[in-house]
Amino acid sequence: MSKILKITGLEKTYTSGNKQLTVLHDISFDVEKGQTFSIVGPSGSGKTTLLGICAGLDQPNAGNVELCGQVLNSLNEDQRAQLRNKNVGFIFQNFQLLPTLTALENVSVPLELQGTKDATEKSKTLLEKVGLGDRVHHYPSQLSGGEQQRVALARAFANSPSILFADEPTGNLDEETGEKVIQLLFDLNKENGTTLVIITHDLELANRTQQILKLKGGKIVTNQLTSAL
Amino acid sequence: MAWRDAKASKVRLLLFMASIILGIAAVVSIQLFSTNLKDNIQRQSKSLMGADFIIDSRQEPTVRAQSIIDSLQPDASEVKFVSMIAFPKNGGTKLVQVRGLEGGFPFYGSLDTEPSAVSGTYQESGGVLVDATLMLQFKVKPGDSIKIGELTLPIAGALKSIPGSSAFSSSVAPPVVVPYRFIEATQLLQFGSRKEYQYYYKVSDTVNLKQLQDQLEPQLDLENADLDTHTSTTNRLGQRYDNVGKFLNLAAFIALLLGCIGIASSVHIYIKEKLRAIAVLKCMGASRLQSFLIFLIQIAGIGIVGGLVGSLIGVGLQQLFPYLLKDFLPFTLVISITPAPILIGVFLGLFMSILFALLPLLRTWYVSPLDVLRVDEKASQEPTKIRLLVFGAILVFLYLFSFWLIKEPLYALAFVAGTVITFIILAGVALGFIKTVKRFFPKHWNFTARQSLLNLFRPNNQTVVLVVAIGLGTFLISTLYFTKDILLSKTEVGQTSENANIIVLDVQPPQLDSVAQTITANSLTVLNNIPLVTMRMHSINGTLVNELRQDTTRQIRGWVLNHEFRTTYRDELTESEEVVEGEWVSQINANDPIAISISDNLADDAKLSVGDPVVFNVQGVLMETTVGSIRKVDWAQMQLNFTIVFPAGVLEQAPQFNVLTTSVPDDASSAALQQNLVSNFPNVTIIDLRQVYTLVEDILDQVSWVINFMAFFSIITGIIVLIGSVRTSKYQRIKESVLLRTLGAKNSQILQISAFEYVFLGLLGSLVGIILALISSLCLALFVFKEPFIPSLVPFIVFLPGITLLVVAIGLSNIQSVLRSSPLEVLRRET
Repeated sequence: MSKILKITGLEKTYTSGNKQLTVLHDISFDVEKGQTFSIVGPSGSGKTTLLGICAGLDQPNAGNVELCGQVLNSLNEDQRAQLRNKNVGFIFQNFQLLPTLTALENVSVPLELQGTKDATEKSKTLLEKVGLGDRVHHYPSQLSGGEQQRVALARAFANSPSILFADEPTGNLDEETGEKVIQLLFDLNKENGTTLVIITHDLELANRTQQILKLKGGKIVTNQLTSAL
Repeated sequence: MAWRDAKASKVRLLLFMASIILGIAAVVSIQLFSTNLKDNIQRQSKSLMGADFIIDSRQEPTVRAQSIIDSLQPDASEVKFVSMIAFPKNGGTKLVQVRGLEGGFPFYGSLDTEPSAVSGTYQESGGVLVDATLMLQFKVKPGDSIKIGELTLPIAGALKSIPGSSAFSSSVAPPVVVPYRFIEATQLLQFGSRKEYQYYYKVSDTVNLKQLQDQLEPQLDLENADLDTHTSTTNRLGQRYDNVGKFLNLAAFIALLLGCIGIASSVHIYIKEKLRAIAVLKCMGASRLQSFLIFLIQIAGIGIVGGLVGSLIGVGLQQLFPYLLKDFLPFTLVISITPAPILIGVFLGLFMSILFALLPLLRTWYVSPLDVLRVDEKASQEPTKIRLLVFGAILVFLYLFSFWLIKEPLYALAFVAGTVITFIILAGVALGFIKTVKRFFPKHWNFTARQSLLNLFRPNNQTVVLVVAIGLGTFLISTLYFTKDILLSKTEVGQTSENANIIVLDVQPPQLDSVAQTITANSLTVLNNIPLVTMRMHSINGTLVNELRQDTTRQIRGWVLNHEFRTTYRDELTESEEVVEGEWVSQINANDPIAISISDNLADDAKLSVGDPVVFNVQGVLMETTVGSIRKVDWAQMQLNFTIVFPAGVLEQAPQFNVLTTSVPDDASSAALQQNLVSNFPNVTIIDLRQVYTLVEDILDQVSWVINFMAFFSIITGIIVLIGSVRTSKYQRIKESVLLRTLGAKNSQILQISAFEYVFLGLLGSLVGIILALISSLCLALFVFKEPFIPSLVPFIVFLPGITLLVVAIGLSNIQSVLRSSPLEVLRRET
């Protein structure tokens, strides 16, 4: 299998006043194409920072990130944005929908940014898939948390990404709704053959992925395959 | 707690403060200026007049008037009139005001001359004092001569200032002071010439001038003379400048109001963001009053500091006003600082910030501790009753403050109503635009353009406030521009058409042919030859004018009874007049009743209708007439118009003089003609209308400078409100941009979204401002100036793109930090 994400010797430090705070230290791992992968660890272990760097939202201080065959370190901001637009999908804990746009418009954004012509039709189909066919013209403020996350899910799959990053996708949802969203996420992932990288506290959820990377204090504790394989 | 919370939001609070600083600075500077102006006028009261009181008459005093004048023993006397002078050295000619002085005038203030000693010696030495600017213009020096009428005298020195003359009146006809004893020899005081006799009195401080005025005024009135004390004159002067001050005050008040609306809007968003924190405080046991006070103290602090900073800037700014208005002031303004306007500034800062921030502040009172869990905007809103109460308080305050500024209850009401209506229209247009965009959303537009449109009604948007701020500033500047156009359009017509631009006055009948020949010899055409006959009204509708003067119940306006009318006779109407009542009689035969035509304003003021009898005193001869027709006259046309026109066949033999007009193509031919006329006919007065047009333009330029200066305050306040709004929405913008970037948007796309949003805001605000200005100027043109209105394109091709670009530049100034923000950091903040 080819590698869709290849991380080598990653270091990330933040400067606060005179102090240097190392958040990630010597991180190296690979993610295979089509794999489901989870990153777990306690709060402050560097999970979200790692996800941001993997997705090209932030730059490491040292080390290499290769995403979809491209070395991110050599790309500028716009080139990274273009790469994300073509190949990457995101799901956030707090949904991150644009409040001024309806559900349909939110889902269309990645397609619109690409200049896709039938963006609306595609988005409608995706919303129907996540069970929101009757809420397409609702604004985020008019939707429940679960519904908002389902819109985010539809948006994440809108550009048919090769890889999808999900940061605590059920963190803001109750158990039942969370389970529904996760089921949907895995279904869509399977259907589209997307690589899935999830950040979570929830070990049960992590165990549903094929590989788990455990972080603590910015370092890799374990990186092992699960029985889900 | 208020301080701790304020420290965390200091940049935003400083911007709130900046919104009111300029408004306060404007109000304080103008208040200080007005106070100084009043003080100066009062302090310089006597030196402005140069005497304690004056008796003046626009004709040679009657025997009765002369006996009153003599009995009071005048300390100095003067005759002044407008005439042409010539400088033999270089042949230059100019219309001046000749002031023939006798006695030690002025008794207060000074006659400033160069060399300074000549002010005390010119009377004895028999020299003339010539306006300093005039001497510079014509390159003449003391010792050169000046020809006034038939007399040539040496120039003793340059006249820098004389009590009672402002730079403005001097630029029309600069003063030339001549010892009184030479006036007769000039032969300029001929029949028909306009002159004014003034007698100056210096009395001890114990004399009650008011009593003297009350006692003598009615008697002098009957003799067509007038008594003015230094206090009554300066009161009138004070009133005139008071009006300028009132206007500037109102303009400053608008800037302050704009700033307050900016504060209200920013505080609204500021408090909205704090609602959850307030709910937390309440959960922890903070009372409603405590949580309300935290923010009230912050706003009060902003108000006080803003008021103080604004006042200090105002103190500095007021130094500018004497320069701005120097040509309108007949004296040097000494600036001093009084505490009252500064205290008013601080009070205004405090009171207006609290008043305008009260509505959003009240939300802290009503927010429930339950909002910790979920902010319910509607539940935390104050009751309608309270909202209405606050709105009521704002309106009452606006009215009281305007009333305090202009001291006229009705004008204050009109001003408040006008301001509120303008604000409502601007806000209404902004809201209407938002609704229209929502309803007819251009779905086919590309993503960036659509996204920028959507931003106009994003949560916490400040579209309405920004449109009001931008619109108001543009409205003020554009109205000024359009109005100036209306006034200047006349002068353009006058300069470009074949209309007369040179008027030769006071041509005596024997000179008529020779003057006409001089004009034609200069290759020019005599366009008009108008005879002028002076007369007064002797009786109106059968009642003697003398009786009417004493009748306290009369409805006829006083000027009609005392005025020396300059009438003409002709057999046709001119272009600038039309008969609105009665029938125009062009010619009459001997013994026919004389049907005259009067202007509509005279008909109103003299209470005359068609058929009413009027008896005129034509230089001693009584002439019975009846009103044959009433004309509407367009006085705005720069040509000779008359209140009374006789038909041909009546006044031909009466003592008269003529006015000739011609049109000159350029300065050189005007100078040549003036030179020829003045050397051959020293008594004639020549008015070059082109100079008058230039002067009108200069005055309008200066007035517009002052108005522009005030509009500038509104624009700058608008910009600060805009910066405040950009800062307030900065976090939201960063969040949205980061999200878009995460989803793959390029920097150029994010930049475009913001740029388009500000283009929409700038275009909408400035376009509405210009359209409102267009409508108000059209109303002014139709109802006030009664002129056709051809709007200037300048507001459309300069202000519209200029202001829009400014708005875009300010909006985008913030975007760099948005583009630089790390997406991860922002996304994290939310978790």
